[in-house]
Amino acid sequence: MKFIEVKNCYKVYKNGVTAVADLSVNIDKGEFVFVIGASGSGKSTLIKMLYREEKPTNGEVIVGGINVAKLRNGKVYKLRRKLGIVFQDFKLLPKLTVYENVAFALETMGLKESEIRPKVLTALEHVGLKDKVRSFPNQLSGGEQQRVCIARAIVNEPKLLICDEPTGNLDPDTSKDIMKVLEKINKELGTTVIMATHDKEIVNRMKKRVLLLENGVLAGDYLKGSYKAHESN
Amino acid sequence: MKAIRILGRSIRDSFKSVFRNFSLSIASIACTTITLILVSVALIVSYNINNVTKKLESELSIIVYLNKETTIEDVDALELQIKNIPNVNSVTYKSKDEWKLEMQSYSDTLDTTLEYLGSNPLLDSFVVTVNDVNDFKITADTIRGYDHVESADYGAGMVDQLVTIFDLVEKATFILVIALILVTAFLISNTIKLTIFSRRNEIEIMRLVGTSNTTIKLPFLFEGFVLGILGSIIPIIITIYGYIIVYDRLDGYLFSQMIELVEPLNFVFYVALILLVIGSVVGMFASFRAVKKYLKI
Repeated sequence: MKFIEVKNCYKVYKNGVTAVADLSVNIDKGEFVFVIGASGSGKSTLIKMLYREEKPTNGEVIVGGINVAKLRNGKVYKLRRKLGIVFQDFKLLPKLTVYENVAFALETMGLKESEIRPKVLTALEHVGLKDKVRSFPNQLSGGEQQRVCIARAIVNEPKLLICDEPTGNLDPDTSKDIMKVLEKINKELGTTVIMATHDKEIVNRMKKRVLLLENGVLAGDYLKGSYKAHESN
Repeated sequence: MKAIRILGRSIRDSFKSVFRNFSLSIASIACTTITLILVSVALIVSYNINNVTKKLESELSIIVYLNKETTIEDVDALELQIKNIPNVNSVTYKSKDEWKLEMQSYSDTLDTTLEYLGSNPLLDSFVVTVNDVNDFKITADTIRGYDHVESADYGAGMVDQLVTIFDLVEKATFILVIALILVTAFLISNTIKLTIFSRRNEIEIMRLVGTSNTTIKLPFLFEGFVLGILGSIIPIIITIYGYIIVYDRLDGYLFSQMIELVEPLNFVFYVALILLVIGSVVGMFASFRAVKKYLKI
């Protein structure tokens, strides 16, 4: 079943740079997909269009039945409540504890305190941070902060998890841990995961579907595990 | 239920924010306080001028003297005619005997003179008051054109000048009040922009985790409201106590018996209420304007 549908999508920035050109791709429910490519290849733009930080100039981007291109600014929250986003720079609020950071989104949706608490604790359990609920972000390591960010992204039980270079700021060992967490979420919760990265080692080891972008064009769509073979050719 | 919880959290967050960003809050409050004091002074001055003007205007009247040949029927007809002029407020008949009595009470000399003359040399008249003093001259001219009218006077030069001056002062204070309110809005808006600038990360994250724009705006709206209310406390105290003290010191008159000040009770409370409303509305409007900029991520 198609969950994400990108059809003949173009993105031209105001300064005239064409970031994405004639891109079409379908992603099914429950898939784990890497988006790779060099800097400026358009992978960040593609990721940003999925949660409507950028609007496509032309073509269609449909995420979970919502046409992102036609979504008005005031209605964007409806899309974002259906998905979780993990950022390279974590985007945690420094003045809030781990618990408060994860509870933040649910609070602004108007949920009851008694509904929020179990959800937050479950999410923190998934990422293995249940014992750090009272810590502040600056008391945590980079990997732990990223896990808080993942917990915040999955707390609302989204169907889709979008990760924009989640391991970009982390060392290889910590990156491995983060990937384990993401894989676990993909398998246990059935969440579709889309991850932009330029860490080839991770991509090779994980053996998942890979979308390769070059100069804004889809240069390759490799099924599970076939990417590594291609690279060695 | 959900809406109430969101509202409650917004109010809680707005108070938190006022105290967390205390120095910036103080700046907003201070600039609101200063401008509201000026607004208060302008309001009190303009209201007092208005009051004096109204009082003087109500005392201004056109005296219409009738010539000697006028019969009683003519008087009735003329009265009706004058009453039909749109600008005329009231017409009172004042006979020559009433004038004589009034004049005799002014001074002994007049009294003796009038007694000596025997018959009454004065004329019967109408005392006409008008709705709009600005059209005094036109009304007087109209009346002058009617039959049996000997003269229609209103102390031309003095009244005309007075009317123009009052009109000018009234307009000037009105413009001043509006300008001050705009300045307040601008200053609060800028100060709140500063507090929001330091919290743009928070707004960005809220947007990214799927918070609706209304929910993001609410705490800032309440914050502006709270800042406006806090900023209007000192101006209100100054207005109430200041005006009452000044009124008592001056015994209710400024310079001379002619300029009578407005009674302080109730009046100061109205001014206080206006200040409170201006402070809170302007504060809300200002923060609404300031937060809008960051809702585009």
